[in-house]
Amino acid sequence: MATTTTNLISPKPVKIWINDILIEAEDNQTILQVARNYGIHIPTLCYLEDVTPTGSCRICVVEIEGAPKPVPSCCTFVKDGMKIYTNTPRIQTIRKVIVELLVANHDMDCLYCERNGNCELQDLAGIYNIRGHRFLGSKRQNPLDQTSMALVRDPNKCILCLRCVKVCDEVQSVHAIDVTKRGFESIVTSTFGKTIHESSCVLCGQCVRVCPTGALKERDVSTEVMEAIDDPNTVVTVQIAPSISVTIGEEFGIPVGTDVSGKLVTALKRMGFNAVFDTVFGADLTVLEEANELVKRIKNGETLPLISTCSPGWIKFMEHEFPDLIPHMSTCKSPMSMQGAIIKSFWAEKKQINPKRVYQVAIMPCMAKKFEAERSELVNDGLPNTDAVLTTRELIRMIKKFGLDLKMLPDSKYDDPLGESTGAGKIFGTSGGVMEAALRTAYWLVNKKNLENLEISQVRGLEGIKKAKIQITPEMTLNCVAASGLKNARIICDEIRAGNPNNYHFIEIMACPGGCINGGGQPRGMDLEVIKKRAQALYDLDKHYSVRLSHENTAVQRLYANFLKELGSHEAHHLLHTHYYPRSERRTK
Amino acid sequence: MSILSFENRNKKLSGGLKKLMPAKISDVLSRFKQGDASELIPVLQAVQSEYGYISEDNTYEIAEYLNLPSSKIYGVATFYAQFRLEPLGRHVINLCTGTACHVKGSEKLIPVFEQELKCKAGETTKDGRFTFNLVACLGACALSPVVNIDSDFYGNVSPSDVKKILRKYK
Amino acid sequence: MKLKEMKVMTEKISRKKGTTKKTRSTNINEIDKNTNNKNANSKNTNNKIANSKNANSKNTINKKAITLTQDQYRKAKHIQNSKPIIFIGMGTCGLASGAQATFDTFRSEALKYKLDIEIIPVGCVGSCFLEPIVDIKLPGKARVAYKQITSDKVVEIIQRTLQKEEIIREWVLGKYPVEPSSSDEDFSDIPLISDFEFFKNQKKFVLSRCGVVNPRSFEEYIAYEDGFKALAEVLEEANPQKVIDDIKTSGLRGRGGGGFPTGQKWQFCRDAQSPDGQKYVICNADEGDPGAFMDRAVLESDPFSVIEGMIIMGYAIGASKGIIYCRAEYPIAIKQLTNAISICSERGLLGKNILNSGFNFEIEIKKGAGAFVCGEETALIESIEGKRGMPRIKPPYPATYGLYGNPTNINNVETIAQIAKILNYGPAKFAEWGINKSRGTKVFSLTGKIKHAGLVEVPMGITIREIVKIGGGIPNGKKFKAAQIGGPSGGCIPAHLINTPIDYEELKEVGAMMGSGGLVIMDESTCMVDTARFFMKFIQEESCGKCIPCREGTRRLLEILTKLTQKPKNDYEVVDRMKSMISLKELAYVIKDTALCGLGNSAPNPVLTTLNYFRDEYEAHLYENRCPAKACIGLLSFRIDAEKCVGCGLCKLNCPNDAILGEKKQAHYIVEEKCVKCGLCKSNCKFNAVILE
Repeated sequence: MATTTTNLISPKPVKIWINDILIEAEDNQTILQVARNYGIHIPTLCYLEDVTPTGSCRICVVEIEGAPKPVPSCCTFVKDGMKIYTNTPRIQTIRKVIVELLVANHDMDCLYCERNGNCELQDLAGIYNIRGHRFLGSKRQNPLDQTSMALVRDPNKCILCLRCVKVCDEVQSVHAIDVTKRGFESIVTSTFGKTIHESSCVLCGQCVRVCPTGALKERDVSTEVMEAIDDPNTVVTVQIAPSISVTIGEEFGIPVGTDVSGKLVTALKRMGFNAVFDTVFGADLTVLEEANELVKRIKNGETLPLISTCSPGWIKFMEHEFPDLIPHMSTCKSPMSMQGAIIKSFWAEKKQINPKRVYQVAIMPCMAKKFEAERSELVNDGLPNTDAVLTTRELIRMIKKFGLDLKMLPDSKYDDPLGESTGAGKIFGTSGGVMEAALRTAYWLVNKKNLENLEISQVRGLEGIKKAKIQITPEMTLNCVAASGLKNARIICDEIRAGNPNNYHFIEIMACPGGCINGGGQPRGMDLEVIKKRAQALYDLDKHYSVRLSHENTAVQRLYANFLKELGSHEAHHLLHTHYYPRSERRTK
Repeated sequence: MSILSFENRNKKLSGGLKKLMPAKISDVLSRFKQGDASELIPVLQAVQSEYGYISEDNTYEIAEYLNLPSSKIYGVATFYAQFRLEPLGRHVINLCTGTACHVKGSEKLIPVFEQELKCKAGETTKDGRFTFNLVACLGACALSPVVNIDSDFYGNVSPSDVKKILRKYK
Repeated sequence: MKLKEMKVMTEKISRKKGTTKKTRSTNINEIDKNTNNKNANSKNTNNKIANSKNANSKNTINKKAITLTQDQYRKAKHIQNSKPIIFIGMGTCGLASGAQATFDTFRSEALKYKLDIEIIPVGCVGSCFLEPIVDIKLPGKARVAYKQITSDKVVEIIQRTLQKEEIIREWVLGKYPVEPSSSDEDFSDIPLISDFEFFKNQKKFVLSRCGVVNPRSFEEYIAYEDGFKALAEVLEEANPQKVIDDIKTSGLRGRGGGGFPTGQKWQFCRDAQSPDGQKYVICNADEGDPGAFMDRAVLESDPFSVIEGMIIMGYAIGASKGIIYCRAEYPIAIKQLTNAISICSERGLLGKNILNSGFNFEIEIKKGAGAFVCGEETALIESIEGKRGMPRIKPPYPATYGLYGNPTNINNVETIAQIAKILNYGPAKFAEWGINKSRGTKVFSLTGKIKHAGLVEVPMGITIREIVKIGGGIPNGKKFKAAQIGGPSGGCIPAHLINTPIDYEELKEVGAMMGSGGLVIMDESTCMVDTARFFMKFIQEESCGKCIPCREGTRRLLEILTKLTQKPKNDYEVVDRMKSMISLKELAYVIKDTALCGLGNSAPNPVLTTLNYFRDEYEAHLYENRCPAKACIGLLSFRIDAEKCVGCGLCKLNCPNDAILGEKKQAHYIVEEKCVKCGLCKSNCKFNAVILE
């Protein structure tokens, strides 16, 4: 990531002036970093934290006393004695013209655009008082790409900030897209202009999260969901993923990290959903099946390490890039699909509803779940496990459309029996959570008693790769690793290919850096502090749950007793397990 | 205009398939260091000089050989003007759409050619026989509409002439 | 031969070389006839003797590879040649004028006439308007240059000059002086080629070997002007810092356009820390400015000078690898460079332990792939690394973080080609040419509305007026209007500033820049708005697309300029044109201020200078829809002069759009709305009745 070889190693304190205010900083900080620390606003477009700055949009330029031309603040390091001015008339003119140039080559359909009201370009046009078109001329004319069931790409709204390319390259190492052609004709696309559907894109949606305009968005299915709700013959069930309740409040003025589960249930009920379930129940199911699978593989000397499979972005990535590792993948479905399968069988039967009438919706922080819902293997008895997936962003829009102020709503409870949950399942929403939950149950499966300390802190936190050694019995110590972000996934997979030198037994992989709390379907923004708070909220909830172990979920116990018979049974396999297959598109072939 | 330049220009335009593109280009690739990403542009230049263009399959083979993502290779190949990603036909048709030719009816010829060749302007026929280009001005306005195929010039071309002209070229 | 005898032999030759050097100064190109030059030469010889005295206290190098025997020297200089030698200028200009046909005809006709001749292809002497140029050296006589020898003239040359030893006076361009040590006969009545009008006021320094030597001959490179002598001395001195100090003393500034002091640039790179000890030097041969071909001439005609310059540069900086990045559109240049590198490697001038000095250096050629922006330093580096040629942010500069993250120095061909010559000639002496902070000479490709277009090398400080004079002035009785200097990054210098000297700072003062050497002369038939539009179109097509000001901004500037050169079709367009012009300056200044690289931030220069100096033309385009130079077809109308028209009907017959009405033998009339401005009527009319206004 080096843009300079100097001063990254041992920073020295420096004194600088920004807008005649004396500030103390270190010489390994850029002007932009210092300004942000002191609340001095400098607009940016192509800048993205944790990714190499390229200084290409030029809107962050600032004047430095003594320098002949303005310099980009995102990639200029501070020096002792520097005098910086961020808002001179020259800079203001520059910013205005740059925004005007972008607007001149942009679709002017803000009123029809999904980003209306939350678009970075729109905000800049507002701040810099853009009135009228000064530079109207030729505009991009590229076709829309709506081939994927998860992601929609509109190149005419692209401002070529290349944040999506940087994320796909540097954070996810998927390399599905790159900027092609040159100059005014430049366009971000995949090899030979393939559509998203044909390319090696894994639909993780990280690019969507960082896109400043409406060039990248999810395929919005809220209309279909509303039609289902309005249809008197359809029973619409909905399940909510664990990370949603600690995220969605942010959009309604509720402090970051507050759990709004109860209010969310009320909102959904008022919107007309017939039954509201908690995906954490499904997570508990997953824990049981997967822990059972792990223990069985260890006892029988079967393929190890076992790799978790809750993350559909990771699954698609594996199918493209590492199909040889399929035998390592857990055959367990994700919580969402397990839950969906149970709803359309067990629950429908219990409620005496024809399963064909059930329209199962899932609210997910994830874009790739839309792809998961369409997988032909995730169908039981002719019915798909999930009919529609709404991302957090889509749900926020729906709630607002219904005029519901989440803050003011009273709490409601999830519907039984698929509403009972545990702390273990709740922490699925953050990286390391699946592993921790599964280990708690694996320990119990082997020892028939619980771990002394349920919290496995080595796998907590936002680092990309977290390792832990857990002693199950005096003879069995498990080497575990939790990786988030596909670049880290690639590192772990390469290790397994090379013969698993670290002798891992159990691996958790999540496609999104930090886990689902930072998923592709979550509200946009890369604020690390916010993500940390969401993760912390999940762990706090776990602490306060009365039941913290998946195998102690009574509803799950009843499910097995009355329906699934036992762990890994034929019924369990039929409903709760799946398989994978290699895909032809790879980043190199 | 200097003496040879016109002929030279035509030589460049009538590329033609140099050699038939094989299934694998490993003989070209083996001249370069495996896994060395900085060899990408020389590799692309070598492939193009052997076979006249770079195909989609080549891109994946190069990606594998140099350990680069195919999207990066496509990004590089489309950046530089030199690289062609589609083969030129054995014969190159240049239909002049300069002002004089344009109003003398060259526009009427476009759909005629497209129908005969079964490809659009700017593309190459499926059998690799022709590449059909629209060019700005061939400098022979007195004979508009003008069509140039390889080093032959045809003036006053009417839609009924098209089939006859094309038949001459295998 | 015994060792002692060999030593005596070599000393004799080196002394002889000393004397020939003196007369070489009056060889084609030297114009500076003052005594300083002569003193410099004798000082050089003294230095050489002094150096050889001190050789033992520094590096013991082995000069065998670059030392010519007396026979080799004579052969290289064609002294007392036994058979006639035909030198044919076969650089790209020569070839475009038919030199290949000339070459082939000489070969075939010589066989027919049963003549034993030697044909040597040489490079480009710079007078492109006289190509193909053929020099003939009859046995034992001076070398004479003939001009415009197309293949149809070959037989006559064979019959008259080769067989009868008759010099065909009408075809003579000039003679080369005979080597004083030889007994070659001179032609007293033929003028020296250096006195030819075109060359008289030039100062050939960088181009001194071009068109004279065989670019593929290692021996000729050494024989003419002491090739590789500078390298040997540098390696012998074993003091890289001194080399840099010498270059600093010379005052040499980058000739690629930036004008950054070369010595200082080398110093930065030398002082920089490399993570693994590796440093690189790169020769930027991606000459992309439209209308500039100085570098091409040097690469095609004198490639060894670039090689020697690069090895010296590598030594001074501490780099063991050199790369020449040459645009693919120069195949002959690449061919000559490849040959030169191969020969140098064979002779031990490249590779390990060069001339036994312990210095290792290798050169690789990388071809460009068709992107003008790759002439920018950091984009060039990206291209060598196999990526899209998109410039990097600076700082960090390539001197600290360049190719693969290592310190890298990049210089232009013209800069590198003169390194050895400067060291030979003496840096302090070199610094005496020029004015203010611009020292030495500059090569320009003089083109456009000028009688004699070609390559001219002039001392810094010469005025534009004097360069126009060298080119023979404006043809067809027209007047000088402006000189575009610096290509698409440069600016126009109007007639009232024609006495502006060629000096980096003075040119910047008037809004232009030195650039790489493109110099386009314009007369009153050139439209300045169209010129600005032309350069903007070029920039737009070559923009890499990374930053918003260049990618989007130059497109909008182009659209504004294009609108100006066309008639507005309705009221909306009239207002639109006016509004655009009002925003033009602000947009241009923002692009200048914020574009990421040199291509972008100099893109508005042509517009801004033409707007500054030719505002009236812009106003005529804008307010009157009129192009004063009558060049913008979009604003012109064709009209038939009823008094001249005889009604022959030829125009009507040929009109592609039936826009001409008229009966036989009656004055015809052009309907403006239908006219597509193809100009066929005007070119066909035998009575000059069609007027363009």
